[in-house]
Amino acid sequence: MRAATLGVVVLVPASLALAIAFGSVDLSPGTIADALLGRGDEIAREIVWGVRAPRALAAFACGGLLALAGALLQVLLRNPLADPTILGVSGGAAAGALAAILFGAAAAAVNLSALAGAAGAAAAVFAFSLGRSGWNPYRVLLTGVALASGFGALVGLMLAVAPSSQVQGMLFWLLGDLSPAGDPTAALLALAACSAVAFSQSAALDVLILGEDKARALGVAVARLRAVAFGCATLATVAAVLLGGTIGFVGLVVPHLLRLSGVHRHAALLPLAACLGGSLLALADTLARTLAAPAELPVGVLTAMIGVPVLLALLARLR
Amino acid sequence: MLEASGLALSAGGRELVRALDLSLTPGQCWSLLGRNGAGKTSLILALAGLRPPQSGTVSLDGVPLAAIRRNELASRVAVLLQDEDSDFWGSVLDYVMLGRYPRSRSAWGRDEEGAALARRWLAELDLAERSAQGYRTLSGGERQRARIAQVLVQEAQILLLDEPLQHLDLRHQARVMRVLARCSAEGKAVLAALHEPGLAALHCGHAVLLYDAGRASLGRSSDMLTQANLEALYQCRLEAAGTRSFLPSG
Repeated sequence: MRAATLGVVVLVPASLALAIAFGSVDLSPGTIADALLGRGDEIAREIVWGVRAPRALAAFACGGLLALAGALLQVLLRNPLADPTILGVSGGAAAGALAAILFGAAAAAVNLSALAGAAGAAAAVFAFSLGRSGWNPYRVLLTGVALASGFGALVGLMLAVAPSSQVQGMLFWLLGDLSPAGDPTAALLALAACSAVAFSQSAALDVLILGEDKARALGVAVARLRAVAFGCATLATVAAVLLGGTIGFVGLVVPHLLRLSGVHRHAALLPLAACLGGSLLALADTLARTLAAPAELPVGVLTAMIGVPVLLALLARLR
Repeated sequence: MLEASGLALSAGGRELVRALDLSLTPGQCWSLLGRNGAGKTSLILALAGLRPPQSGTVSLDGVPLAAIRRNELASRVAVLLQDEDSDFWGSVLDYVMLGRYPRSRSAWGRDEEGAALARRWLAELDLAERSAQGYRTLSGGERQRARIAQVLVQEAQILLLDEPLQHLDLRHQARVMRVLARCSAEGKAVLAALHEPGLAALHCGHAVLLYDAGRASLGRSSDMLTQANLEALYQCRLEAAGTRSFLPSG
């Protein structure tokens, strides 16, 4: 647990530094340091402050939100395979965005439509998961999976009928891509707010692991805790999806990496997951920008290509 | 004092308890006996405020449980549940410390008093050298003792225990019963669902007998735990067990 904390503390500044240091234009470390301090070449300053720093922070915020949502959903649903895509929220956002693109809407309307799709999916999951006997994790999972495949079908339909000029823009939502992310301020604020709310519930989440009855017997207001944590996870997912489309595996793998390093208490797990998820996505996005420069790869493809073997290796170790 | 009046409970359309009046006063140790499915667990869940009764009320020092905040209730009533539904991956000590949640919920502050108490109960229940080990590496009986330690660190005045002796070996059955008897001697009110009338008679001054079809009787163990009552309770003939019955001494 010490080692994990130390590793994350080192990784956060290191990943942001790397994300700012590398890009399609080669800048020397000295030029970058000067630009960071607001000195020297104006073009270098614009590249560092206007392009790379916001992009690095957007990636950090997006990864942090996804990992936080994953950590919350895994304990809420009592399922190690839970991750942000399981809510159907990213599917809803993609379907909303694609529909707007198909009808030729402007960028702002596309984002709004994605938000509506995400909110609709979250509301549906929440409504259907409240059975007659109260909340039931299996209903959440089944509803989420059903919605996700429904949205998948809609997305497939829209891709099939869309003119080829629109398909490129559509792929952003499906593969996950941070290039149109823009100003990261809102996402960073969302990350800070979701982390703070989730952290305030960390002791209660520890107790929830003992099961619903035991948690209630120990004084946890279980229904309220679930509403707060589920709302927090949903908000984090929506914010991440609007920023970077459907980026997989960060939310699933990051909490498990920490648990396997001995981090179990949520007071440590939640903030460390946010930081580790942010750092890993900042690194993955740096790779996405530089591997095939000047072309950019969709970062969601990279996280999946890294995440799948990591997850399989973890499973092999657990066996 | 935890008091049930006119309590009625049913499960799956079957009447378990009808019009039960029961009061657990400080210093008393109660056993709760009955056949499988007689309603012992349902009664404990209702007394703990975890399931609303069909009718009747449960009140703590005169206040109905429904009117008491959950965290306030948890600092006064502790429950050992029969089934565990846990994915806990931390150490045994961490597991026991979750019982401190009603008393110490700060994410940063260290609950030194609670940690000392947890170590003491772990030692008392023969788990001292297991405390740094992963909870999941424990055997069934060891987990049961850790679960009991978790209930004890809650420092509640009323202890409700559903089958505290399940999975325990002979020595630790006696150990746990002595701990419970001592808790009641120190002024707590204890109620434990048990399956061994001999241990109930030895350690608990009072007994609740849950018969079928909602009938119950309760009173002093010496009056309750008679051969006739137990034959009616378990619906079978009983005979003295002879000499092959042992209890740990001291």
